[in-house]
Amino acid sequence: MRGEPVEDSGKLGALLDRYRGQPGALIPLLQDIQREMGYLPRPALEEAARALGLPAVKVYGVATFYAQFHLKPRGRHVCRVCLGTACHVRGGERILSRVSADLGIAPGDTTPDRAFTLERVACLGACGLSPAMMVDDQTFGRLTPDKASRLLRRFAREAPDGGGGGGRTAE
Amino acid sequence: MGSLKLQINGLQVLARPGATVFQAAEEAGIAIPHLCHHPLLSDIGACRLCLVEVKNARTLLASCVTPVQDGMVVETESPRVVRARRTVISLLLANHPEDCLTCQKAGECELQRYAYQYGVERTTYPGERKDYPPDDSNPFFIRDHRKCILCGRCIRMCAERQGRSAVDFAFRGFATRVTTAFDVPLEESPCLFCGNCAAVCPVGALMPRAFVGKGRAWEQTRVRTICPYCGVGCSLYLHVRDNRFIGASPAPGPANEGLLCVKGRFGLDFLSSPDRLTQPLLRKDGGLVPASWEEALEAAARGLKEARDRHGPQAVGVLSSAKCTNEENYLIQKLARAALGTNNVDHCARLCHASTLAGLMMAFGSAAMTNPIADIDRSQALLVIGSNAVEAHPVIGARIGRAHRRGAALLVADPRRVELALCADIHLQHRPGTDVALLNGLAHVLVEEGLYDAAFVEGRTEGFAELARVLEAYPPRRVEEITGVPAELLVRAARVYGTRRPGAIFFAMGITQHTTGTDNVLAIANLAMLAGNLGCDGGGVNPLRGQNNVQGACDAGALPAYLPGYQRVDDPEARGRFERAWGVRLPAEPGLTVVEMMEAARRGELKAMYIVGENPMLSDPDLGHVEEALKRLDFLAVQDIFLTETAKLADVVLPAASFAEREGTFTSTERRIQLLRRALQPPGRSRPDLEIVLELASRLGQGWQYRGPAAVMEEMAGLMPTYGGVSHGRLGEDGLVWPCPSPDHPGTPVLHRERFPRGRGRLIPVEYRRPAEVPDAQYPMVLTTGRILYHYHTGSMSRRSHGLSAHRPEARVEIHPEDAARLKVEDGDWVEVSTRRGRVRVRAEVTDRTARGVLFLPFHFAEAAANLLTNPALDPVARIPEFKVCAARVARAAQAEGGEGRAR
Ligand code: SF4
Ligand code: SF4
Ligand code: SF4
Ligand code: FES
Ligand code: FES
Repeated sequence: MRGEPVEDSGKLGALLDRYRGQPGALIPLLQDIQREMGYLPRPALEEAARALGLPAVKVYGVATFYAQFHLKPRGRHVCRVCLGTACHVRGGERILSRVSADLGIAPGDTTPDRAFTLERVACLGACGLSPAMMVDDQTFGRLTPDKASRLLRRFAREAPDGGGGGGRTAE
Repeated sequence: MGSLKLQINGLQVLARPGATVFQAAEEAGIAIPHLCHHPLLSDIGACRLCLVEVKNARTLLASCVTPVQDGMVVETESPRVVRARRTVISLLLANHPEDCLTCQKAGECELQRYAYQYGVERTTYPGERKDYPPDDSNPFFIRDHRKCILCGRCIRMCAERQGRSAVDFAFRGFATRVTTAFDVPLEESPCLFCGNCAAVCPVGALMPRAFVGKGRAWEQTRVRTICPYCGVGCSLYLHVRDNRFIGASPAPGPANEGLLCVKGRFGLDFLSSPDRLTQPLLRKDGGLVPASWEEALEAAARGLKEARDRHGPQAVGVLSSAKCTNEENYLIQKLARAALGTNNVDHCARLCHASTLAGLMMAFGSAAMTNPIADIDRSQALLVIGSNAVEAHPVIGARIGRAHRRGAALLVADPRRVELALCADIHLQHRPGTDVALLNGLAHVLVEEGLYDAAFVEGRTEGFAELARVLEAYPPRRVEEITGVPAELLVRAARVYGTRRPGAIFFAMGITQHTTGTDNVLAIANLAMLAGNLGCDGGGVNPLRGQNNVQGACDAGALPAYLPGYQRVDDPEARGRFERAWGVRLPAEPGLTVVEMMEAARRGELKAMYIVGENPMLSDPDLGHVEEALKRLDFLAVQDIFLTETAKLADVVLPAASFAEREGTFTSTERRIQLLRRALQPPGRSRPDLEIVLELASRLGQGWQYRGPAAVMEEMAGLMPTYGGVSHGRLGEDGLVWPCPSPDHPGTPVLHRERFPRGRGRLIPVEYRRPAEVPDAQYPMVLTTGRILYHYHTGSMSRRSHGLSAHRPEARVEIHPEDAARLKVEDGDWVEVSTRRGRVRVRAEVTDRTARGVLFLPFHFAEAAANLLTNPALDPVARIPEFKVCAARVARAAQAEGGEGRAR
């Protein structure tokens, strides 16, 4: 999300101050920023680099190395569709393309209203229930495309901030 | 500590403690295959190709990161090692596009070589191929991720040597790749396009565009020579095929250790520019038309002779060139003095370092860098003042940055937030033209706080009492008023320079190009002597010379007051030596300087000029007047490789060979005399300057006989004590550092060890004076001029380089955001900058690199010629013009019609 202004720079400033001049504290700082802002926006990473005295590219390298860090905003719900071997054989692709079409985004992206982030994963450890997907921390198995659509609509309604609408879920 | 004994492949080997097994083997002449290791870089043990078998070790060990131990028994090619190595290579090939048939790197690719050496035919691991689009956003080189083996050499080069950290590993697992922060194209990263990363890439993942399709390693010839751009004196290879220039690559010279900057690496394609002059030109009916050499040389000789015979030798002037070799400069000044009978010979050093010469001659009795470039690694403190080293002397700039990362204190004094200022421990951002006050302020603190080296001052210098008295008037508060530098910061900086010894001072045109240039230099010498930072390793007063042979041109006597070797023309004894050697009477009066010649020409007193390799039409101050002066001449002969702005005004144009097409020596800023080697035939009918000067001399009645440049150097050695032991045969790859008085003398990298040439160092107090022109109501801002990384001097070479001009096609005037806001100027807008002398229309770059109230304009661009604006006011001693300060005004301009408007 290039050039996006750092929201709430007051809080970011406090985090940066805590670690200023300590290049060794990169990972804890990134964790704190992500906790505060939900993801790691580019300007925040640039400021983190300055505060710690590290080259921006080092910070970027670390942020992209660990799966726990997200450089794009995350949705309130994270939907992980499995394409592991078992799920693949039993139609995981069809689930993914339906979910992707419903949400109007590609895997790895987040809906503009930040309701959903869509990811593809390689085995959720629920092969017996394939094809499977996870929404937040709940696993759903034996899916059909329609079932997946219904699930998305349910989670959209349950948006924690109560804001209806959610992603562009299919009717 | 003694050395350790170990056994490698059955051989008894001695190694120093702390060495790696890899190094121990290398020293014993045993080569271990390696990909991530590179001698210029730290070791990370990533590629595992250098695995060796160590007796009693459980696993194979990466030799590049395994320290030697006493009694170790190592096998570097055991069957187990070879098996492991084949696996490593096989895995690398698994996701490598085996493109060797068309890959530019084939023949010098290290992966290809090892695959061949270990007979790995095709990979047994059919892996996924990487498929990211290449980064080909810049005009210099391409990053092809598919070929990258993730050895990390480029990353370490950029971080450790260049200090840019433009690239690093990002992402993970199979997706890992080398990229910039936020994956932007290199153009948008901190990259400065030095190309040093590409020089160490073992495979074809980083490829200079110039080479692609022009023949592979085995079809090219490499000729080692010296970079023609700045005074650092980097060694490089010219790659040539069928007498065509392909590109350049770094060579491991003493100044550059195998590094280059963007100009040396990617800026030499002017060599094959279609604009090169290939035949002599004569002015006929107002136009320049092709002529034979015979006609042109006759005309040149006649023009100079007529002026001399009719108006006396004082009516003739010669401009020699910092682009010419020592031998050529020597002959050109000899031509002026012996053949034409005038001391009116000068070159553009007048415009950059005349004040260094004047100041350091007075203080020490010798004017050059006192310490070698390599000493940067030994300094504890580095004070860089008035030098944008990262852009103007990039390889030195990078080395200063590295010293700082190693722990040396870095103090930068500059009105602009130049690159080094950004990482400095302290940046003293003084107002342009207040250097004397700043330097006196630092010296004041040294004396006041007792931080000066009393023993050195007592034993090696004179004039301390007088200096101390003058310095009293420069307490930090007053200095703050004059310079704008906060008193506390000044005190802190002085304490660092006073206590972290040895400390070195570097300066360049920001110090010298002032009406107070000589005073500035004296103030620097005072400060260094107070701190006892002379005659020691890692200390020094180091003027960074702009052009590659400006040091040599001065050494060789292309100066109006000095014969070769800084022997004064008005010293009868010195003159006598040359008169005897040359068999002629020599003029005793010092001649005119560049700027004075222009004035004399404008007044009609100077009638004819011979200008070699200089472009005063862009390089001199107040160009309007220069043009007028050159047009008033009865006769003008110009010798150059391009039809420069100056050559266009000539009556005769003599086409010269470039640095790559001739032989001789250059003397770099660190006084290192290095050999230039011929790589190409001169294009068309152009000829080396040396030959042209000899032809001209014989037409002026001189019977000079030289069998080439080496013979000229022989004569120079006989007449110049500092070059006494220099001969081409001795120079080899590392050259010699003068003074080198005798054939068995090893050269003198550090000057003034025991004594100064004048005996004691002289502390000469200087008082702050205001610049000649200060802002007023009509011209409320300060204009300062200088260089940018991607261009050079008047641009006649760099602007004919495809890559350099594509990357930085036009001039920009830097303006501070607050000034810009007040004037409603936005980044990229056309503005008009005017001074009492002229106007220039140029686009604005809004940046806080420059200070409030200060405009910065580079002088490389004819269409926005900074020197239409600059003030020709001169330093009273060195006669150097004040390029660095004048009063100016800036305003928004209407959109330029049909390209950039030219003032006047
Ligand atoms: S060209 Fe130089 S600055 Fe740019 S990435 Fe390579 S090493 Fe770094
Ligand atoms: S681009 Fe070249 S030097 Fe850099 S990591 Fe890849 S293979 Fe190594
Ligand atoms: S630093 Fe100077 S000498 Fe070295 S490559 Fe660059 S321009 Fe050439
Ligand atoms: S493959 Fe989908 S859960 Fe294992
Ligand atoms: S060369 Fe030693 S691990 Fe790469």
